Amino acid sequence: MNALALDLVIAVIVAWLAVGALGLARPARLKFASRVLYPAGAVVGVVLAIAGFAAMGAAPQSQVLPLGLPDLPFHLRIDSLSAFFLLILGSVAAAVSLYSAGYFRSNEGTPPGLVCFQYHAFLAAMALVLVADDGYVFMVAWEAMALTSYFLVTTDHRVPEIRRAGFLYLLIAHVGALAILLCFGVLQGGSGDYTFGAMRGQQLSGLWPSAAFFLALFGFGAKAGLLPLHVWLPEAHPAAPSPVSALMSAVMLKTAIYGLLRVSFDLLQGQLWWWGVVALGLGLVTALYGVVFAAVQTDMKRLLAYSSIENIGIIVAGIGLAILFRAYAKPLLAAITLTAVLYHCLNHAFFKSLLFLATGSVLHATRERSLGRLGGLIHRMPWVAWLALVGTLAIAGLPPLNGFVSEWLLLQAFLFTPTLPQSFVNMLVPLATAALVLAVALSAYVMVKFYGIVFLGRPRESSLAHAQDAGPVERAALAYLALGCIALGLFPVNVIALLDPINALLVGSSALQGGGGSSWLLLAPINADRSSYSPLIVLVVIIAVVLLTMQIVHRFYHGRVRSAPPWDCGFPGQTPRMQDTAEGFGQPIRTVFEPFFRMQRHLPSPFDAEPRYAVKVDDHVWYWLYLPIARGVEMLARLAGRIQQGRISVYLTFSFFTLLALLFFVR
Amino acid sequence: MTITGFLSQLLQVAIALALAPLLVGWVNCCRAWLANKRAPSLLLPYRMIRKLFAKDAVVAQNASPIFRLTPYVVFGAMTCAAAIVPSLATDLPFARAADAIALVGMFALARVFMALAAMDIGTAFGSLGARRDMFIGFLAEPALLMVLFTASLLSGSTSLPQIVDTLAHREIGIYPSLAFAGVAFTMVSLAENARIPVDNPATHLELTMIHEAMILEYSARHLALLEWAAALKLFNYSCIGLALFVPFGIVVSGTGWQLLLSAAPLLIVKLAIGGAALALIETLSAKMRIFRAPEFLGTAFMLAVLAMLVNLLLGA
Repeated sequence: MNALALDLVIAVIVAWLAVGALGLARPARLKFASRVLYPAGAVVGVVLAIAGFAAMGAAPQSQVLPLGLPDLPFHLRIDSLSAFFLLILGSVAAAVSLYSAGYFRSNEGTPPGLVCFQYHAFLAAMALVLVADDGYVFMVAWEAMALTSYFLVTTDHRVPEIRRAGFLYLLIAHVGALAILLCFGVLQGGSGDYTFGAMRGQQLSGLWPSAAFFLALFGFGAKAGLLPLHVWLPEAHPAAPSPVSALMSAVMLKTAIYGLLRVSFDLLQGQLWWWGVVALGLGLVTALYGVVFAAVQTDMKRLLAYSSIENIGIIVAGIGLAILFRAYAKPLLAAITLTAVLYHCLNHAFFKSLLFLATGSVLHATRERSLGRLGGLIHRMPWVAWLALVGTLAIAGLPPLNGFVSEWLLLQAFLFTPTLPQSFVNMLVPLATAALVLAVALSAYVMVKFYGIVFLGRPRESSLAHAQDAGPVERAALAYLALGCIALGLFPVNVIALLDPINALLVGSSALQGGGGSSWLLLAPINADRSSYSPLIVLVVIIAVVLLTMQIVHRFYHGRVRSAPPWDCGFPGQTPRMQDTAEGFGQPIRTVFEPFFRMQRHLPSPFDAEPRYAVKVDDHVWYWLYLPIARGVEMLARLAGRIQQGRISVYLTFSFFTLLALLFFVR
Repeated sequence: MTITGFLSQLLQVAIALALAPLLVGWVNCCRAWLANKRAPSLLLPYRMIRKLFAKDAVVAQNASPIFRLTPYVVFGAMTCAAAIVPSLATDLPFARAADAIALVGMFALARVFMALAAMDIGTAFGSLGARRDMFIGFLAEPALLMVLFTASLLSGSTSLPQIVDTLAHREIGIYPSLAFAGVAFTMVSLAENARIPVDNPATHLELTMIHEAMILEYSARHLALLEWAAALKLFNYSCIGLALFVPFGIVVSGTGWQLLLSAAPLLIVKLAIGGAALALIETLSAKMRIFRAPEFLGTAFMLAVLAMLVNLLLGA
């Protein structure tokens, strides 16, 4: 079984492509795609998850496929790191494909068979990225991933905003891809051999390792959504169909994290401590920025997109800390930090896809994305609401669910930092810890806003009374993801044991050694006296106390309950519109973090017959960075445009002078 | 798990459940005395809870199950928190399962459920209260964590009993980092327990309410559980403060369970002094506008960060 892992992954890639090609054969048949192809894709996803799981602890395997250009065959390799990310891809893709079987209904925009092809090609490209073992395959797969996801984002391409969002995404994806290409160029160190095996053997000197690291940080950061390259995320996620948003946020961002880990821990030998400081700072700024912006969003998918930026920030901050520990030769601490990072990747994949799919169900039931027109859906869509509650509590980092475990581990890692030799770095720790806990606490605020406004309260529009709960297939997919969140939260020691081969591979140490008192019940990273956590016991005790209290209350006191209209404070004319809107709930954050935002507000005058209040919150980065660059590019283009005369004689003259110049230089 | 540990665990939870309303009553008495008023009975909170349990519950028409579940979850979370915080002894088996970070997580769990329940009815006040409480919480929670981290850096452990064990064995003296942390902790506990100057527990004016606005829709046994949970929260915070900053007299692990009997009266004396100090702070300050609260809590947060910095610089 273990020896077959790589063959199995190749088979999965081929199977996904075949499923997609079948969709292409019957592009207009929606039923064929939803009844046969997406479920088949889900089964293939399960196979991939099994293959990834089996390959986690196994020895690396590699294979050379005689594909591609002559003399440039495809090198493929699977080790624990790629196996882990394949496991994420497989387990999330299974749920999302299952959900897609019930989701794609309408025939607007791209024909369903074509969407099915793009979708499965996207999955196959992501799998290929994760097993690529040379720069060439990696870039081919990476670009295939970017292009297929671009077409998926623009599924509804008749809407101009969606086309714009897609363009922005494609642009930033390509700028990032260029940086990754340059990074591989640096890593091969003049040998001309682009296989990862050769790159590992290169001894780069001087500033070259730093150049490679920062090119990787930039290139993979563009895909992951690091500041200031995050602007495509909040545009592309709402534009895409919900299953695609779920895949992009849960898995595609993780492929960027995979790339960053691959380059900085595997291909580059010898990390420098200040890379860690830069990544840590950048990650924390991104996390804070993302969560503050999430708090003021009024579109539920934009809110989740900003929350993804926050989570990526936390992950990159963790990577920075791991680099720092690695550079100071503290492998045990690096292993714990890396475990927290990988754990958070897994958690985020589960709860974020759960929430994105839940918004998809809400969108289908209500045709509404704006938080201000939703509300009270827990009565109409109880399945979606209760399953989304699990995701909400998990992402808010509450015990005993999975979001808490990875944050707990990361905070433990931060508390270990004062053992580093450099006092300057030690001084940074309180600030970094403070920023991290602030971001985590704010994410609880954001998630209460999201859940409370969408699912709780009274419906803000009368049309919501006709909302229908999700179908059985969608429910099954959501339930699977919710169960994943719970299981990942309750059995951290088993998950960490699963992750341990990666630590051994990347930092040469195990997170569970060090004589810790960890058992299947109790998580204790260093030793049980230092810190320990047991989610299962916490859950059992809380449930026991709750049930006991209920029993006692119900036994000794009567259970008489009266139903009555809510207390109106003596003002009978209350309407559901008087509940907090998304703007209202975000208002305190908008006031406190005012310098973060670029706000345009329209306040009605007291004499308006029909008063309207409007507020528009924009990103400073857009105005300070992107628009100046765009203007500069436009100016250059205009200058270059002057050459364009439309007369052949002029062009021939240019060619002549170019030739002369070339002859002069080449001579 | 030893018998002693098990006993002290149970005894501690029982004492917390029993004494929490008394602490609230005592603080109310002190407040009345300081304001030159006739004090209400010390046992008033108990009577209140009993009365509420006997009433018929009124639940709003469009309440979802979350609304009816929340009082139990909040009460459960606060009871678990009472089991973690070392108030009498440090030999607590349950504290192995949940350290200081999990304690803060437990408080956050209760807060999130309260906020969701407040938004569930869909009235303007409920969502106002939810929004304000989450707003206070997002600053208070990190500050509390930073205070606990300062203490855990001193002892090299995030387990609360371990921290208290270490702190109780130190020589008496002034530790600069703990001084900063102490001020920060006091400010955070005022905010978290809906006390003046951030919130007013006695208010009946809707516009100034935070905590009271959230529980406006609750009645009878649900309200009783929430009131009890709020009292437990105050008790827990007081015990965290006592354990971190005046840990003397607590029964450290390894000593016999007979000492528990002597620890309980000492705890009551410490709580009485702490409650009186809380009443004094509340009497001396005025309630702030809600948008001054971030400054107040921001100060607390910065002080807690400073405490950690001082700790790293001076090692004390």
